[in-house]
Amino acid sequence: MANMAQAIRLALHYGEKHLDVKDVFGQDVGAPLGGVFTATQGLSTSWNAPLDERGIINMAMGIAMAGDRCVAEIQFCDYIFNTIDLLKIAGNTLWCTNGQYNLPMVVMTPVGAGIRGSVYHSHSFDAWASRLQGWKVVMPSTPLDAYGLLLAAIKDPNPVLFLKPKALMREKGEELIPGEPADEKELKAMIDAPIGDRSKWKAKWPELSEYIVPIGKGKITRSGEQVTVVSYGRHLLLCNKVADELKQEGYSVEVIDLRSIYPYDWQMIKTSVAKTGKLLVVNEDTEVTNFGEHLVYRAVEELFYQLLARPRVIAGKNVPGIGLHPNLEDATVPQLFEIKQAIVEMIHEAP
Amino acid sequence: MPAPKTANKSKPLKSSVKSNSKEVNSKGLPLPKNILLNMHDLMVKSRVLEERLIKIYRTGESYFWIGGPGEEAWGVPLGMLAYKGQGLEHDFFHLHYRCTPTLIALGMDMKDSIRLMMNRVTDPSTGGRNFSNHYCFPKWNVAPVTSPIEVQYGIALGTAHAQKRHGGKGISIVSGGDAGTAEGDFATCLVWSSRKGNELPLLITVQNNRWGISTSFDGQHGETNIADRARAFNIRARVINGNDPIESYLAIQEEMEYIRKTGKPSFIEAKVSRLYGHSSASGANFITSEVDSLKNFEALLMKNKLISESQIKEVWQKYEEEGVKATEEARKEATPTSESIWDHIYYGNENADWRKF
Ligand SMILES: Cc1ncc(C[n+]2csc(CCOP(=O)(O)OP(=O)(O)O)c2C)c(N)n1
Repeated sequence: MANMAQAIRLALHYGEKHLDVKDVFGQDVGAPLGGVFTATQGLSTSWNAPLDERGIINMAMGIAMAGDRCVAEIQFCDYIFNTIDLLKIAGNTLWCTNGQYNLPMVVMTPVGAGIRGSVYHSHSFDAWASRLQGWKVVMPSTPLDAYGLLLAAIKDPNPVLFLKPKALMREKGEELIPGEPADEKELKAMIDAPIGDRSKWKAKWPELSEYIVPIGKGKITRSGEQVTVVSYGRHLLLCNKVADELKQEGYSVEVIDLRSIYPYDWQMIKTSVAKTGKLLVVNEDTEVTNFGEHLVYRAVEELFYQLLARPRVIAGKNVPGIGLHPNLEDATVPQLFEIKQAIVEMIHEAP
Repeated sequence: MPAPKTANKSKPLKSSVKSNSKEVNSKGLPLPKNILLNMHDLMVKSRVLEERLIKIYRTGESYFWIGGPGEEAWGVPLGMLAYKGQGLEHDFFHLHYRCTPTLIALGMDMKDSIRLMMNRVTDPSTGGRNFSNHYCFPKWNVAPVTSPIEVQYGIALGTAHAQKRHGGKGISIVSGGDAGTAEGDFATCLVWSSRKGNELPLLITVQNNRWGISTSFDGQHGETNIADRARAFNIRARVINGNDPIESYLAIQEEMEYIRKTGKPSFIEAKVSRLYGHSSASGANFITSEVDSLKNFEALLMKNKLISESQIKEVWQKYEEEGVKATEEARKEATPTSESIWDHIYYGNENADWRKF
């Protein structure tokens, strides 16, 4: 099975071959490295940008304005912050021009902790991103969803931010990408750049087919009756794990992989919470004005009299950074045991 | 990309004169009479329009004015010389809020600027959503003017990159003020447009009026000329008197030809006047100590017997009347509705209101 980095690579290849993507660029995105997480190896349209995040977003906006399709990368979301006004402009251009200029561009950036990345390789961006009006924001938790969401992002006529959970880049999926060889060694031999001299290497791409995960559509990854857990990215996998463990203990937990942060699948959440009466949102961005708070607010607004427990958010602690020592990181970003504990508490909570 | 897409098959307009053209004016001026008079006509039109916008502000019919009176001798030739049209074959404009002269030279109707000033729904640039002079005309590749200073210097790289790939003669043109060059996007522009083997067809311009609101040039700049910064990146660069329309015309023409021929960037720093101060926030009064390029140009044309004083008056009169009529008409036009705030957040008006997800 492809891992997430390979899935992204396959999607970008599909994009340049079939969806008219003309530029895939960012810091160290082109040959020989093909991205710090190898997600852009072997592509024919990839190139190395100067070490200038504002320039990368600027360039992407101009390319989109000229009518070409591009995928730009910010190497780590920790370094996207100096582009925030450009992201705002990319998101408001269609609106400010009263519908005259749309900017079909994809920006992808690795997010989150989980690789012992210390203060500046562990940031999250989903809460910030949810405030960028005019953008669509997606975040996969599996390689197949990464493939399908990235193709959806490339095809979308609006700016789309594709958040890559960096701790999942080497995680393999359970489902094949359409066209992916069943033998993962074969895939590796085809599309992973060799160690050492790569100057003559060329990827051998499998014949891929289109597979779209529609933006705005979540997925129920575990069905259950007693509590609804909404998450995305790396923490979605933790929530799945907790649901499986609790199932052994006789609990019934419904888990929703939101996949799109904006626009988000409210109907899926609403239907589930109406059934369970309990909502827990889990993500690793910092907890004050976290995107999960918006979902909780909305649940309170629309489902107040159906709620059977206080809705909650488990998120990163509101501290300036994620410290390198495991004691520091683990105390900052939500851990499996906390999620489990909160779910059990909520299941036992009675109005 | 421009949305909705409208096909535009018009051929690029080639500029009709060369600096060494045989059609030189008999009085020894280096441009033919028709170009000089056309330039004058457009300069007057632009000035009258800006003064009209200020009047609209003063009568309380608009909230804010910012614009480009004093920059006509630079902006008009820029618009005249460009390959006007939509798409990669044509020139892209990444302008700031002092570029009415360029828009007038491209053919903008006075009324469309007034509609923008009066926030009418008929305003073709923003539909009443943005300030005066924040133009957007996809039919002429005029990218939206936005408030954040200097971002256009970075965005221009993208259109220039797409034009280079396309391989035609279209170039991208970017303009802004002197103080804004302190922003990182200015450095971005120099770095990205001059990478060896990846040079971009970009005319980088700075209109140096020696002020950034109230901050003087000397209060910010250690470099002698802003153009010197471009030279450090091996970008061909020059400083010109942007208050002289003939000098501007010839310089812009030469640099555009160089860019179209080589695919490489070029830089012009044009020294210009700020005739009515920064904006309505500083009163928008005529600054008598500044050089008035239009008055000087009219004196030159009269001295060379290319136009008479009464003919000049007629030109002014014609545009005064056009401006008044346009204001009266725009005044009667509809304003944006409250419900329209949700329009155009996503392409094709796809719902972006979370209450309806
Ligand atoms: C990023 C940003 N910072 C500050 C402002 C407020 N502002 C508007 S115009 C201006 C001065 C610009 O001066 P200059 O670049 O010389 O252009 P000029 O107005 O003189 O033509 C400032 C500070 C802004 N619009 N954008």
